[in-house]
Amino acid sequence: MKEQELKNAFKAAFPTTIPVLTGFLTLGIAYGILMETKGYNFLWSGLMSAVCFCGSMQFAAITMLTTAFDPVGAFLLSILVNARHLFYGLSFLEKYKGMGKIKFILIYLLCDETFSIVSVREPSEDINRKYYYFFISVLNYIYWVMGTVMGGLAGGLITFNTKGLDFALTALFVVLFAEQMKDKKNYILGFIGIACTVVSRLVFGADNLVIPAMVMILYILVAGRKKLCR
Amino acid sequence: MPMTPFQTLVIIVAIASGAVITRFLPFVVFPQSKTPPKIILQLGKMLPAAVMGLLVVYCLKGVSLFSGSYGIPELLAIAVILIMHKWKNNVLLSIGSGTVLYMVLVQFIFK
Repeated sequence: MKEQELKNAFKAAFPTTIPVLTGFLTLGIAYGILMETKGYNFLWSGLMSAVCFCGSMQFAAITMLTTAFDPVGAFLLSILVNARHLFYGLSFLEKYKGMGKIKFILIYLLCDETFSIVSVREPSEDINRKYYYFFISVLNYIYWVMGTVMGGLAGGLITFNTKGLDFALTALFVVLFAEQMKDKKNYILGFIGIACTVVSRLVFGADNLVIPAMVMILYILVAGRKKLCR
Repeated sequence: MPMTPFQTLVIIVAIASGAVITRFLPFVVFPQSKTPPKIILQLGKMLPAAVMGLLVVYCLKGVSLFSGSYGIPELLAIAVILIMHKWKNNVLLSIGSGTVLYMVLVQFIFK
């Protein structure tokens, strides 16, 4: 019985993660190759991916692995770059309630892609939600670690031009955004998210846009919550 | 390898700790045994749609409208994704067609 439940949950979860498979393998391979060129073989890049599992910070950290040893700086930068996870946690307080033992895993493996899929694509009634969330989280995690190791091991062997393949992740967010916008009540919220981030991009530049955008979004949502929250 | 194995491990732990804090903090501050304040629950409802907008723009942060390819490949690919999605309403098909179009554009047309 339990086995059947697991199977059904997997069958429901896997298709939702295919775009992430494409994007994470591409980006993971790129990361593995980059680490390799800096003198860190697949074991190191694989370990980094397996323990930290935070793509954008891992790319940012490559510089930190090749300059002066500065663990405090790495720690603080990691909090800043990963601050958006705070929003994911706040959004999933209710959703991840009562998840039992696997809750720790679900939280540890929270990432942009898992957050987006889980918040938009609810499983059908007959699917065990717990297993469904679990498989989405774990599959995405496996893709990332696998991509990293593949890049470190065999990056040089890739002969076809992968330029643009990582656009799959942008496409995933665009589609999930479109899904959110099917609910008219979300129009204004989506607009707030886009507008704040565009303003932040223009004012603070591409490298520092996340935190100011989060602060603006938070401020507007809190200030306007009576009207914005149905 | 520019750093010693020990130094590298310390950096990995430092980065992981930062990530873990951002992931676990909300769940630690608002444990499921207690009902979080109303404002937090409201935020939890409002944030996903807003954050999805943030993520879309975040992915496009490197696009320049005034140089390079002027953001045309991104614009075209996103337009195709939205049209396909409206038309067929199939997530994988929308993402696949947009990604393939984008690859063709950046590999052959806007080199």
